[in-house]
Amino acid sequence: MSTYDPNVAPKVSNKPIIWSLFAAGGTVTALLTPVLVLLFALAVPLGILPAEMFSYARMESLLASPLIRLVVFGILFLSLWHTAHRMRITVHDFGLRSDGAAVFVFYGLAAIATIVLAVALI
Amino acid sequence: MKLANGNYIRSPNRYSWWLRQGRYVRYMMRELSSLFIGVFSVMMVWGLYRLSQGETAFTAFTDMFWSKSILVLSVLMFLFAAYHSYTWFIVTPKAMPLKLGGKRIAAGVIIGAHMLLWLLCSVAVWAAFVYGGAV
Repeated sequence: MSTYDPNVAPKVSNKPIIWSLFAAGGTVTALLTPVLVLLFALAVPLGILPAEMFSYARMESLLASPLIRLVVFGILFLSLWHTAHRMRITVHDFGLRSDGAAVFVFYGLAAIATIVLAVALI
Repeated sequence: MKLANGNYIRSPNRYSWWLRQGRYVRYMMRELSSLFIGVFSVMMVWGLYRLSQGETAFTAFTDMFWSKSILVLSVLMFLFAAYHSYTWFIVTPKAMPLKLGGKRIAAGVIIGAHMLLWLLCSVAVWAAFVYGGAV
């Protein structure tokens, strides 16, 4: 048993943060991503909705509301970090054994995308 | 690898082990769904960035979805996203066991409630986009 030393700070784990982002992202993407793909990637090419519905003017007016921009930021932020964490774990199963490289690549990409998202929405 | 008793065991291949059984493949496809969700999210981030640059940039972005290869990718993104939803909700009774008045709520009820919520969210988002907002 290790002795408690009040002069040494306990090791702080980052697991609660990354796993809660994974779980929240997993739930948000499970509820919303299929309909969002259908709406924004498939509806126009498959002829379900007219292209005018996705015009520059209409998208600008929908995103004029700060609340809508905040919701869009939240959904995409959680989706990105869900992917980053799950892919970090999954590349190990695909035989790539460097966790350091996985952290650098996936969390790095998610961080860059989060910054671009924030810049685009401000 | 040679064992102490002289027999050999073959260790599974590090890259292809998951191809040996259907349930391993399904596990890997479930994990891989996050890659398609990530690609879609990056596309949406890119679209918002192009929108912030003006009408010409945004039109170039939306025109991209007419290409055959992007359409194939979109279908894959939809299928993997739906598979993620299915696998996420099917384990909810294990991830979140609920009790009501001291009795365990049946697994089928918890799964069914989540599937219904998924359907309601999908219809609500679709309707909000199509009928909501100006224009």
